[in-house]
Amino acid sequence: MSAVSSPAKRTPTLGSVSSARKLKDRLAQGLVYVAFLLALIPLVSVLWTVVGNGIKRLDAQFFQFSMNGVSGKDAGGGAYHAVVGTLEQVLITSVIAVPIAVLTAIYLVEYGANGRLARLISFFVDVMTGIPSIVAGLFVLAMWLLTLGIMKEGAGFAGSLALAILMIPTVVRATEEMLKLVPNDLREASYALGVPRWRTICFVVLPTALTGILTGVMLAVARVMGETAPLLLVIGFTKAINTNPLEGPQGSLPTFIWDQASDPNQNAIDRAWTAALTLILIIMLLNIAARLVARRHRPGSR
Amino acid sequence: MAKRIEVSGLHAYYGGVHAIEDISMTVEPRSVTAFIGPSGCGKSTFLRTLNRMHEVIPNARVQGKVMLDDEDLYGKDVDPVAVRRVVGMVFQRPNPFPTMSIYDNVAAGLKLNGVRRKGQLDEIVEESLKGANLWNEVKDRLSKPGAGLSGGQQQRLCIARAIAVKPQVLLMDEPCSALDPISTLAIEDLIAKLKSLYTIVIVTHNMQQAARVSDRTAFFNIAGTGQPGKLIEIDETSKIFTNPEQKATEDYITGRFG
Repeated sequence: MSAVSSPAKRTPTLGSVSSARKLKDRLAQGLVYVAFLLALIPLVSVLWTVVGNGIKRLDAQFFQFSMNGVSGKDAGGGAYHAVVGTLEQVLITSVIAVPIAVLTAIYLVEYGANGRLARLISFFVDVMTGIPSIVAGLFVLAMWLLTLGIMKEGAGFAGSLALAILMIPTVVRATEEMLKLVPNDLREASYALGVPRWRTICFVVLPTALTGILTGVMLAVARVMGETAPLLLVIGFTKAINTNPLEGPQGSLPTFIWDQASDPNQNAIDRAWTAALTLILIIMLLNIAARLVARRHRPGSR
Repeated sequence: MAKRIEVSGLHAYYGGVHAIEDISMTVEPRSVTAFIGPSGCGKSTFLRTLNRMHEVIPNARVQGKVMLDDEDLYGKDVDPVAVRRVVGMVFQRPNPFPTMSIYDNVAAGLKLNGVRRKGQLDEIVEESLKGANLWNEVKDRLSKPGAGLSGGQQQRLCIARAIAVKPQVLLMDEPCSALDPISTLAIEDLIAKLKSLYTIVIVTHNMQQAARVSDRTAFFNIAGTGQPGKLIEIDETSKIFTNPEQKATEDYITGRFG
């Protein structure tokens, strides 16, 4: 190169970036920023509206009273019954779904080894991911309320079953991905110490993947907490406090929002906004709690 | 503590691939035996058959006999988990458990096998870390994560972890290949110290290392790609490096191939 060009006007071999490349770089960068801002618009706007409209009724009364005897036009009233209902239902859902899902994922990654059964399960997990929530509700309705004839007026537990159907595939997929990320070196290191496989999974593989699994569980909880359709089908609807998930209709935040938002009175609409804000706050608090738990399990942070 | 290993007529397969063919050798107790040979000649595979880690890989299987003193590792009702407690292993890349502290890493094998008494654990952890020449460097930060140590320290941590379960035999699969010369020296010193207690087998690509640390050396080779690896010869290290029986060994050691 340098031998060809005359020494007088020698172009440096390590030339500066060409202007075309600079332009393309700018363009790509600009597109990335625009896409990011576009994605941010609905997010910020939802938060802004929910906080703006919901803050009005975010008072102590809202968390101390139910809607028993409060009609749409009345001021006051609260979502105590709905918060209790949602927390109970989602807790039961998680207790049912998380162990099943995590164990399924463990089977798929650690034991199934791409065998026929593992592929079959994997396929059905994919199918389950696509189940519309109303179908999950109908399934539980058909199974529990009609076939077995129990729980004539609905119960929180039936709702939890429907939600569990929706939660399992999400958690299976998330856990599976996290378990696959655990390096094989660690499993071998553990086997080489004479540790049996199940102990290796419990004490080496799962703790290594714990943070990711928790994130997956929280995403699934957040998704399931906002489900309305299956709850309306199998839990029924009540304005009164019912702390027993096994009997009688139970309140829940999504059904509370659905009920209040369809009422034309401003007081009811305000309550709906506050309930929406409450739902977001609960999910946020759960996320923070999960992160703290995950952090505590890492030795480095102490 | 240390036991003799006698291998006879051992073949190993990965699915349909014949990885090593008809290996017979004796590994003496309280000594260091080095395996050398070109990449892909089956040294690591053979090493992994000595503590039944080979079969962890799906579809991998083994034929033949590996006698540890008077017990066959591949006997009918021998539990591979029990084998691995007796025959420990250190891997090529240092692999401390990332979620565990230095202390827990060393105690892992014991804890996962049911030793719970704090006093006993403390004692074994200290003893193992001292055994791995790491105690002085980490004694003030036992609760810090093992992954925060340097590569050489991590490898010594892995050795401490392996000797904490008190094995009879220690297998090392290129334990220094990811380390700098200073850390390598530390590990080699450690090997020299450990050989009074254990039967040590080390796979290495570094012939100077084999010459420095081992008492006996085994040379493995393959006839060509796709062919199974074979043991060419095993003898005193001094003999292998000065006056080997086989031409192939001499060619490999002096850097002449083919």
